Amino acid sequence: MKVEVKKQLEKEPKLWIVKLLSTLFVLSLIIWTSNSLEYHGIQESGVSIAKNILVGIVSPSTDLLINFKINGVPYLLLQTIAIAILGTIIGSIISVPFAFMCSANVVPKWISTLGTIIVAAIRTIPSFVYGLMFIRVTGPGAFAGVLTIGVVSIGMITKLYIEAIEDLDKNIIESLDVAGCTLVQKVRYGILPQLSTNFVSTAIYRFEINLKDATVLGLVGAGGIGAPLIFAMNSYRWKEVGAILIGLIILVIVVEYCSTRIRAKLARG
Amino acid sequence: MDTLKNLIIPKKIILNNGKEIQPPIPKLPFILVGLIVIVIASAELTDFSFEKIIKNGHQFTAILSAMIPPNWGYAKEVIKPLKETIQMSLLGSIVGSILAVPFAILASVNINHNKPLLLIIRFLLSLVRTLPTLIIALIATFIFDLGPFAGTIAIAIFTLGIVAKMIYEKIETVDMGPFEALEALGATKLKAFLSAIIPQILPSYLSNCLYCFEVNVRYAAILGYVGAGGIGLILNEKIGWREYDKVGMMLFMLFVTVVIIEYLSKYIRGKLR
Repeated sequence: MKVEVKKQLEKEPKLWIVKLLSTLFVLSLIIWTSNSLEYHGIQESGVSIAKNILVGIVSPSTDLLINFKINGVPYLLLQTIAIAILGTIIGSIISVPFAFMCSANVVPKWISTLGTIIVAAIRTIPSFVYGLMFIRVTGPGAFAGVLTIGVVSIGMITKLYIEAIEDLDKNIIESLDVAGCTLVQKVRYGILPQLSTNFVSTAIYRFEINLKDATVLGLVGAGGIGAPLIFAMNSYRWKEVGAILIGLIILVIVVEYCSTRIRAKLARG
Repeated sequence: MDTLKNLIIPKKIILNNGKEIQPPIPKLPFILVGLIVIVIASAELTDFSFEKIIKNGHQFTAILSAMIPPNWGYAKEVIKPLKETIQMSLLGSIVGSILAVPFAILASVNINHNKPLLLIIRFLLSLVRTLPTLIIALIATFIFDLGPFAGTIAIAIFTLGIVAKMIYEKIETVDMGPFEALEALGATKLKAFLSAIIPQILPSYLSNCLYCFEVNVRYAAILGYVGAGGIGLILNEKIGWREYDKVGMMLFMLFVTVVIIEYLSKYIRGKLR
């Protein structure tokens, strides 16, 4: 059989209109978005600042990096980790009732819609707004950071929990029913084993993100390593900036690696 | 005491044929004890106290209730910074996701066989993902002056890190058959990539970009805090002046915008699949 190449090629769908239109669409978006961004040019000091940051990272202040007192990088990192751990635990506990409230296969439709709206509202408020609000409650310090991280994580954790709950295999619960199990037994042997790994893995994943968020909250005075970082930057102490950034980068990479390993292990069971 | 011992080392099971079997030692109790120790240590480090929450908790609800009802008349002053926030995140997402493509190609094992280059690119990408967005924005404001331009740069860099990672993971799982066939026919690497790999990854690439845009709108709202433009700037200002009814209005409009964008993006992503 002879395939006529030319005939086959002519059968190719004509996509150039779609391509042209989508390119035009993206171009018009770019033009629309850039009209309000006035470009001031690179500041005169900008280049030297960028250079200083790089020099600072290459030659960090060692007495800050290896200093086990209360203002040293190791202690600040430890405090940041503590904020992230407690915040994640608080967030993942609060998320459980929210997740069940939002799952369409557990509660009636109107309750789940209401729950979704509430969670979306919680998620919309930017983290520094929560930070500033919680500082009024607890005073500046790491405690405000813990509460903020806890509330900020609710949105994403709930979303992932809901997916786990909506994937629940109902056959298992039915067969436990047939075997004559009580409600407690059904929850213990039918629901918990299906959800626990997923929930734990979600919490660990969120811990990774919270670690990064916790560094940011220092900017509003909620503890952790963010506050020393911004002070060092505003007073142009680049060697200290370098030391803090190095500590932060190493910590996040280590935690990311461990978390990926643990989650892979959990997923395999 | 016996039950406690059984908890750590489970009782031996005697089978019908008289064989004794030692079930494996459960890990759960150890993990739980470790977790409790870590939690107590963290609570110590962060001055955690329930007492403070109960004593001062009304402060939080007081702020919340001051936001309701929001100051409706303030809406027209919110529109401009809100538009700016959306523009920042849109432009940042587009630029970031376009720049992400070459990085992703260089970072995927099955396209780039140059090991040192691969490792350098991957290291750069993980470095970008490690730095919190707010800190990138802070550095950008030092270099490019205060204003939305610095925020856009920060969002573009952040998007680049995430989208590049998602695509190179996707590229590594594609079917390499068509690519090899085209190479065997004499196509260059770039040409083979364009016609064999792009059609396979395009839907998930677009859907990742949209997802990133969704997240970026929320991030862009924060960036104003370090002076990188957008709604965060006036949000921070109004909280400082304790004009909570205006804060409530801003949060309400932000909420509506985010919900609309999420809904649109979800709809388009559903179509892409």
